[in-house]
Amino acid sequence: MRPKFQLLDKPLIERILDEAFQLIEDPGVRVAPYVVELLRSAGVAVSDGVAHIPEALARRLLDLAPRGFCLYDRSGKPAVRYGGDDVHFDPGSSCLNILDPTTQQARPAMAADLVRLVQVAEMLPEFSAQSTAMVCNDVPQEIGDWYRLLLVLWYSKKPVVTGAFSASSLHTLLDLLAIESGGSEALRLHPRAIFDVCPSPPLNWSEFASQNLVDLARAGVPAEIVSMPLAGATAPVTLAGSVVQHAAECISGITIHQLAQPGSPIVWGGAPAIFDMRTGKTPMGAIETAMLDVACAQVGKYVGLPTHAYMVAGDGRVIDAQVEMESGMSAVLGALSGINMISGAGMLDFLACHSVEKLVIDAEAIASAQRLIAGIEPRGDSLAAAVFAQTGLHGDFLKLKETRALFRKEQHFPSAVIDRGLASTDGSTPGILERAGQRVEELIAAYTRHPLPGDREKEIISFAQREGKKAGLEGLPGIIELEYAREVGLL
Amino acid sequence: MPRQHGRDMLDDLFSTMRQSIIDGAPDTASSLARQAVDSGVAPLDAITNGYVPGMHDVGEQFAKGQMFLPDMMASAEAMRAAMAVLDPELSKLGAERPMAGVVVLGTTKGDIHEIGKILVGTLLSAHGFRVHDLGVDVAGDTFAAKARELGADIVGVSALLTTTMRNQKGVIESLEKAGLRSQVKVMVGGAPVTRRWAEQIGADGYAKDAMSAVDLARELMNQKVLQQGGSVAGQT
Repeated sequence: MRPKFQLLDKPLIERILDEAFQLIEDPGVRVAPYVVELLRSAGVAVSDGVAHIPEALARRLLDLAPRGFCLYDRSGKPAVRYGGDDVHFDPGSSCLNILDPTTQQARPAMAADLVRLVQVAEMLPEFSAQSTAMVCNDVPQEIGDWYRLLLVLWYSKKPVVTGAFSASSLHTLLDLLAIESGGSEALRLHPRAIFDVCPSPPLNWSEFASQNLVDLARAGVPAEIVSMPLAGATAPVTLAGSVVQHAAECISGITIHQLAQPGSPIVWGGAPAIFDMRTGKTPMGAIETAMLDVACAQVGKYVGLPTHAYMVAGDGRVIDAQVEMESGMSAVLGALSGINMISGAGMLDFLACHSVEKLVIDAEAIASAQRLIAGIEPRGDSLAAAVFAQTGLHGDFLKLKETRALFRKEQHFPSAVIDRGLASTDGSTPGILERAGQRVEELIAAYTRHPLPGDREKEIISFAQREGKKAGLEGLPGIIELEYAREVGLL
Repeated sequence: MPRQHGRDMLDDLFSTMRQSIIDGAPDTASSLARQAVDSGVAPLDAITNGYVPGMHDVGEQFAKGQMFLPDMMASAEAMRAAMAVLDPELSKLGAERPMAGVVVLGTTKGDIHEIGKILVGTLLSAHGFRVHDLGVDVAGDTFAAKARELGADIVGVSALLTTTMRNQKGVIESLEKAGLRSQVKVMVGGAPVTRRWAEQIGADGYAKDAMSAVDLARELMNQKVLQQGGSVAGQT
């Protein structure tokens, strides 16, 4: 039996959806000029920039969205399946700061920090996908979107959760992905990346978000709606009310997306949070935030769509018991909820900071959560009687061949990040930060970059140099193989 | 005795005014203001001895974690309701409420989040600042132009996103380009913003929440006055 965690019963989900459908019609949804004609052509009344979407139309378009789809790795193999109760994790994305590995103090993230994180995430099986995790402060802001993706594509073979912060940069990102995939058609058939698209709460599809929805749908590249109601500030204070708003933002986004290209892949996702009434902060580690994630995903599953949430992030400013308690709890809840893609690992300080050391600790929480959802299975005809028949009351289970055959299936063995009493080589007992730091260094040492096939390596570098030059970028920060590339004639 | 009785009554009225702010009761605050005007209480006395102490109490209770943001918003609304009655009366007398400073507020370019900025603006207004809110997605040059137009003392720049907080630096550059930087203090805030970030981009201050923003604005006004060798109106 696969264990599941649910917060909403069927009547409450129905009420949530009923009210969400009411909201998208009245008061309606603010939309950008880019999608007004698209909506009007489907019979949606749009006045003063507000679309009043009829329930019947929205329901019809929800039905057109695919129930599931795959993201592919660099070799073209399906690596992440969105849909059903499949659960995947990826690191959190787009933060400006990194906890310096030496000082454990936050500082602006650089390209080299992103490379380090990508290499570690590449080595950890707990992460099915990468993310464009950090804004690189040594790269001009106007090319930051595609440059982050460039580094991930360069160093990783895994699928990527990414996003564009402007309408124009989306097309540069898609061009880059098309080069990496071997053309736009190849990208459409075997998408390597999924793009987060964020409505602005409450119920507002801004110019670039509207444009991203439409352009992604037409490119056939998956989109992931990241609706972010802040309960009590930009959304109703009740958790149920915020779930309604989340549903309304998702449904209206899917309506726009499916009108642009019916059947294009899209995800019911989000990063909801409560609004702390003392500080005005948005605690990602609060239990109510996790409850919102779980409930929003449950509604998405009810309408049959793939799901996403932002979890496994803590709010403290350093790696400590609070941060890991928050991250571990939400990893477990997200996994038990069967959320298809759970983003956020590695992040702390209200999503303002990343840490590679935290990423490896979170990987342990994720591995435990994955073990949890594997559940308790009977192994063979007898649960216990057959082994008792062999040992009687002596209790020599350790000697039994069944023990040896099954213990690896029953028990998860964490890395040395988790203290299970294994003595270190020098007999010392390093703390969690030291253990995490050692693990990071081991993973980076074991990492090997796999070059892109054929001419794509050269094409990507040419693309990056050409686009970078426009923004005055000197060299390609973070791509240390440039010397190698020159030697083999790529440059 | 009658005079003492009158003093007691006045103290009772001030105390009720103060409580109306703490309770976040705009209707009560407004009717008490009207009652004060009708009975000849000087509007400035009502503000100084009744309503402002209420806002101070609210600030203190907020700092202790005994009041929360929705309580603060209600208190600010009660303050606004009282001032809607008292400001016209002050004008009739040819007076005006001592003004703590002129603040231009906005959310940075590329960012359309404004809840934090609205909170800050509401509380600054409630504490006697004259606030001009430029709204969201505001370019640096717009901040600079409005600061010049109003002779602003402080420019407050909000950002909710890690990506748009970098544009806070652009606002400072615009103020420099406009030759206003020496006259205008810049304070920054928003969920991803830290004190270190504020220092890094050359802002004059960072506030972690709306109430701290009021304290910071007062401190910046004091700094400004010290630099210019004057005194701040409305500061006690």
